Amino acid sequence: MPTAITASGTARPAPVRRSVRRRRLVGLALLLAGLVGCCLLSVAVGAKPIPLGVVWDALLAPDGSANDIIVRELRIPRTVLGLVAGAALGLAGALMQGHTRNALADPGIFGVNAGAAFLVVIGIYVFGVADPLGYVWFALTGAAVASAAVFVLASIGRGGPTPVTLALAGAAISALLAALTSAVILVDVATLDAYRFWAVGSLAGRDGEVLTNVVWFIAAGALIALASAPALNALSLGDDVARALGHSVQRTRVTGIVAIALLAGGATAACGPIAFIGLVVPHVVRTFTGPDYRWLLPASALSGSVLILVGDVLGRVVVRPGELQVGIVLALVGAPVFIQLVRRRKMANI
Amino acid sequence: MTVPGRPALRGGRLSVVWRPRTVVVLVGAALLLFAAFVIDIARGDFPISVSEVAAVLLGGGESGQRFIVLELRLPQTLTGALVGGALAVSGAITQAIARNPLASPDIIGITMGASATAVFVIVLGGGFGALGGFLASVGLPVAALLGGLLTAAVIYGLAWRRGISGFRLVLVGIGINAMLLAVVQWLLVVAELYEAAQATVWLNGSLNGRGWEHVVPVAAALVLLVPAALVLAHSLGALQFGDDTARGLGIRVDRARTLLLLVAVGLAAVATSSAGPVAFVALVVPQIAQRLVGAARPPIAASLVVGAALTVVADVIARTAFPSPLPVGIITAVIGAPYLLHLLVRQSREARA
Repeated sequence: MPTAITASGTARPAPVRRSVRRRRLVGLALLLAGLVGCCLLSVAVGAKPIPLGVVWDALLAPDGSANDIIVRELRIPRTVLGLVAGAALGLAGALMQGHTRNALADPGIFGVNAGAAFLVVIGIYVFGVADPLGYVWFALTGAAVASAAVFVLASIGRGGPTPVTLALAGAAISALLAALTSAVILVDVATLDAYRFWAVGSLAGRDGEVLTNVVWFIAAGALIALASAPALNALSLGDDVARALGHSVQRTRVTGIVAIALLAGGATAACGPIAFIGLVVPHVVRTFTGPDYRWLLPASALSGSVLILVGDVLGRVVVRPGELQVGIVLALVGAPVFIQLVRRRKMANI
Repeated sequence: MTVPGRPALRGGRLSVVWRPRTVVVLVGAALLLFAAFVIDIARGDFPISVSEVAAVLLGGGESGQRFIVLELRLPQTLTGALVGGALAVSGAITQAIARNPLASPDIIGITMGASATAVFVIVLGGGFGALGGFLASVGLPVAALLGGLLTAAVIYGLAWRRGISGFRLVLVGIGINAMLLAVVQWLLVVAELYEAAQATVWLNGSLNGRGWEHVVPVAAALVLLVPAALVLAHSLGALQFGDDTARGLGIRVDRARTLLLLVAVGLAAVATSSAGPVAFVALVVPQIAQRLVGAARPPIAASLVVGAALTVVADVIARTAFPSPLPVGIITAVIGAPYLLHLLVRQSREARA
């Protein structure tokens, strides 16, 4: 990353080579165009295909027809949920890989998914909760408590949390919670029955209230994330260099973890665990933005939205008239693409 | 090359660095393993005293006890010990090759390949009535083994690009892992509820009802592959420094890495086919062993013994502490995770002092 280090101790961008800037701008423009296209598809495609002209009428001049209700009550809330959740997961993944400096890190490694899953199972088993709206608060609480526990355990000792202690503490807490989750669903078959449908990750059947419950958490997380981009750039040079450049490593890590918990926790609470986005998106995006987090973070958010909407639309098409859950589609379609990227290009290491 | 401050044991062309701490860890873990082994056999619905267990193992004892010990409990305990050791060694190798504490056979897809095949057999193979269920139960370990090996071969083939880089291998593995996990989740959603429950037990790594037919393959794999791993560990040390340095030290990097991966894959696939993915062992035991021994990378011999001991201790708890026996994998996670955390905390305290 071409930065000039000035005497005041802040990293200030040197004039970036024009080709790099053009590549970033073209990449972002393509992403935005793709996102608009995905939104349109997501509203138009489904068990009942609706032509774009009818969608347009339903938006501007609704007359209460069946198509209007499908568009306004089902398809648009679902599309917005996908936009928000995908952006949150993409951002959380980029933050996660930046803070742990580990290319294998995704929010799942941080205990977010395991914490959410465990409390959802507790909610089903102990409190008899049975719908996505009821799961939201359990999942949010679980995600927040698990990531806080990971952070506290990783920061014991004077050096504070390092990438390695964060990753190890996250893996340990996740495994512990996954084991406890398994213990509950093995004891009670009815809980297993409800849990297995939550665990695949889906945008379907979530009404608008699910989104309004989580959107504030995600918005707060996104603001914190975007504001922390310059500090993440410094952190990627190593803790010592970041400190020498005048950044408080400890404070940056704390805000980063809060942002990850809000973003990934909010998305998981709304949709269930969708693991692939947070892992893959930063790798793909890095191939055209380079390692600068001021570009990487917004591009990751856009790509996350695009990816989740594409997956959701595909899931509605492939097994008509049924649906394949977006978590499954993303893994089955995204993984080969990801592998091809890994093979074709020299994946940038962190 | 001599290591300053560490005496070497030499014999002909071979030399080994004398590390007293490694020996202490090995002996301590072996004692723990032995104690847990005997207790695991002694405890159960028909308690047998430790001395009677010893008598049966030495060839004596009355016929009822002989049957319970030799046909029911010994194979289950042995499967646990062997599977734990095999998974731990496999994890130590993959973590050292990828130079990443998160790279275990769990994460790079090998155990997931076995799991996806097994769940496939449980969910779809059980759909043809009693005969299908019978075939599924007979074919499960073999199917899982084939699934694990096939997955590993696919990952390796896709990651090969004028040589293997550890980083690319792990990324391809993660991709395949995600796909197989999606298949497993899809199967669980479409399955009948009792099949989903049965698959969940298998997915957590269970030793329940394991007999001699589960012991033999793992034992054979360990006898063949662990000596190979110990010999190859020599080049593993050089690979730690990165490919270029390792080449400079005279290691044939691609050949060494391929052989080591073959060993890791063989151990993980065979172990998983016998007991299911006892998931936490491969991830955490190498890290525990590394900290106990004080080594720079996950040690192989110490991982073997610590992995076996942890798994058998977990089996004692899984079989006896609860009204109905739990899968052993749940207990290994519940024991292993806090211990890893404890080691992390202690290490940073020591660094402070």
